[in-house]
Amino acid sequence: MDLRLTEDELAFRAEVRAFLRDNLPASVREKGVAGRKLSKDDYLRWTRILADKGWAVPHWPREWGGTGWSPIKQSIFLDEVQRGNAPEAIAFGVSMVGPVIYTFGSQAQKERFLPRIVDLRDWWCQGFSEPGAGSDLASLRTSARRDGDSWVISGQKTWTTMAQYADWIFVLARTNPQAKKQEGISFFLVDMKTPGIAVRPIETIDGGHEVNEVFLDDVRAPLDALVGEENKGWDYAKFLLANERNGIARVGISKARLDRLRELASIPVYGSGPKMQDPFFRAKIAAVEVELKALEMTQMRVISNRRNDGKPDPASSVLKIKGSEIQQATTELLMEVVGPYALPYEAPDDRTNEPPVGFDWAGPLAPAYFNNRKVSIYGGSNEIQRGIIAKAILGL
Amino acid sequence: MDFELSGEQQMLRDNVARLMKDRCGFEARKGYQASPHGWSDALWREYADMGLLGAPFAEDDGGFGGGAVETMIVTEEFGKALALEPYLQTVVLCGALIKHGASPEKRAELIGKIATGELRLSFAHTERQSGYDLNDVALAARKDGAAFLLNGEKGLVGQGDSADTLIVSARLSGERRDRRGIGLFLVDANAQGVTRRGYPTQDGQRAAEIAFANVRVEPKDVLGEDALPVIERAVDETIAALCAEAVGAMSEALSMTVEYMKTRKQFGVTIGSFQALQHRAADMTVALEQARSMMYLATMMAAEEDAKERAKSISAAKVQIGRSARFIGQQAVQIHGGIGMTYEYKVGHLFKRLTMIDAAYGDADLHVRRLADQGSLFA
Repeated sequence: MDLRLTEDELAFRAEVRAFLRDNLPASVREKGVAGRKLSKDDYLRWTRILADKGWAVPHWPREWGGTGWSPIKQSIFLDEVQRGNAPEAIAFGVSMVGPVIYTFGSQAQKERFLPRIVDLRDWWCQGFSEPGAGSDLASLRTSARRDGDSWVISGQKTWTTMAQYADWIFVLARTNPQAKKQEGISFFLVDMKTPGIAVRPIETIDGGHEVNEVFLDDVRAPLDALVGEENKGWDYAKFLLANERNGIARVGISKARLDRLRELASIPVYGSGPKMQDPFFRAKIAAVEVELKALEMTQMRVISNRRNDGKPDPASSVLKIKGSEIQQATTELLMEVVGPYALPYEAPDDRTNEPPVGFDWAGPLAPAYFNNRKVSIYGGSNEIQRGIIAKAILGL
Repeated sequence: MDFELSGEQQMLRDNVARLMKDRCGFEARKGYQASPHGWSDALWREYADMGLLGAPFAEDDGGFGGGAVETMIVTEEFGKALALEPYLQTVVLCGALIKHGASPEKRAELIGKIATGELRLSFAHTERQSGYDLNDVALAARKDGAAFLLNGEKGLVGQGDSADTLIVSARLSGERRDRRGIGLFLVDANAQGVTRRGYPTQDGQRAAEIAFANVRVEPKDVLGEDALPVIERAVDETIAALCAEAVGAMSEALSMTVEYMKTRKQFGVTIGSFQALQHRAADMTVALEQARSMMYLATMMAAEEDAKERAKSISAAKVQIGRSARFIGQQAVQIHGGIGMTYEYKVGHLFKRLTMIDAAYGDADLHVRRLADQGSLFA
């Protein structure tokens, strides 16, 4: 047992840090630090910098652009990117549909789609959830039927994150209504420009526009839009969701928020002096840091455990629960720093040129707190994760 | 980064686990608890024969060349079985005081005797007024020629009634709460002037209040004259071991609870089919895994030379262990229902030991406060 990073791993961390210092555009980094929304262009710019370096899809197989890094190095990389306030990779391509395509897709699908995910020429979104299929995803009702040389897909998807930017959508649709609900589902790749697709924004409680409804009205997709075998889509979805939960601990993001918290809490916002002088507030920060330190170690245990078998670990559910709770706790503390001047509402997305009311750094804090209530809901709600732990780990 | 145990370490774990299963089942433990010592001499000899008592010491000092990982392995298994023997006092706490505080000759002499099981040590340090402050030492050491005379009282001395030798902290100079001027003295527990009052503790172990009246200590038995850093280091190592013991007790409490949920029937079904209880057990699992992670951190940092970094990690571990222990202990009793409340059943005793571990060497709130007064845990 040796829990220290090796010389090689330490050197790698320094290399990643230096790369971020020299290559992450200052304007993008500043938005990250402040918790302001990134534009599509911010994502494109950063992804292309990473792609040029060969670091856009570290965990992929080498032939499709992966780096061949050990799981520990991948985790160090992610931690540095997150803590360095760089934009996160767009998970829908890089972590979701990409691995599905290189694992289950045809050679033609691999060649067509994978290179365009690497440098974000194609922005993907996820067509899973439906109004009637949230946690019980397998009860989805969007249907696909074969009609000549195409599939005809109809239904409604929802909570589709950043569909407003997306070039492509991967869709779960029912191809056999007679089968057991998990056994009649297929997995499709659909061009968002196809006639019959309509995107309608959903405004979230923070006033932001991240998620959308996507309507599919007799959308015709070619036969080769199907991934793998017909009616095997549920297996691919389970594979994808297990990947989605990896990295969901977001340890580096919480570290970056704690950095920001210490910075803001050192400002004498009110006459009573900086928030950091309040021992009760410092104790709350310390308590969250303990949880985060433990989570970081737990994540390392899960990663080094997976080195041997390659199957997803039900311990990922522990990471999801704890990681989301800590993200919520840090955004809550950040909001508390500003106290009463958390109140003024500032529209996100540069929709206004009005100067901020109060403190220029305070605007995003309350919205971030409200917005982060999502993290215990998406990716399999924390209640679903508890169910997974009860069944898969405890055998209940 | 590597969490794997070596082949030898796995063997050590298997051996201790087997010994606990064979000789320290819960019924057997009740017998040990009722004996005059409050623990088993026969098991202590087994520990010596298996090499457990010399495990964490260097071979040059008469040990078997292990370290904090070996201590973690042993104490985690002890935690599952609620072992009563004075391992923590003798091997971990006093062992560390000797390892870091004694001269090489004294070290070799004492550690050799610990390893063979001849020497049972307790650390007489805490006093009525000291609380968790390791620097608060009033017991006086007065020079008498080349020797010292000790006068004062110590309390909560773990297994102090059955120890044959005590390591006593005493003030050589300065005010009661000064960091400097605290010495360590080796005292025969039956020496003239030593009066011991042994008593049972909440967790089924024993402790003693000990009075010292003109107890004479020869120069050869002085372990150190400015010893607070050694004491702090030894306590940090002890906290790391306590974390492992707590993780053992928590994992036992959780597995007993899950087993109970699979067998206990109400309303015609096993209670494990109820989602309210499934989710509680899942939360206990999360708490256990977080605690286990911090046990690894504490183990890794126990040997850290930089006292400040070591203390930070140890405090962080103690916070997590304390909070997880409280939740898992309370919920294990809750889910067991009435049977969890009974003295005859093990789960309540796990709860009590976990509660006392949180209260030892600074509870979770104290260590949170300590961390709050230092910089970030993330460099």
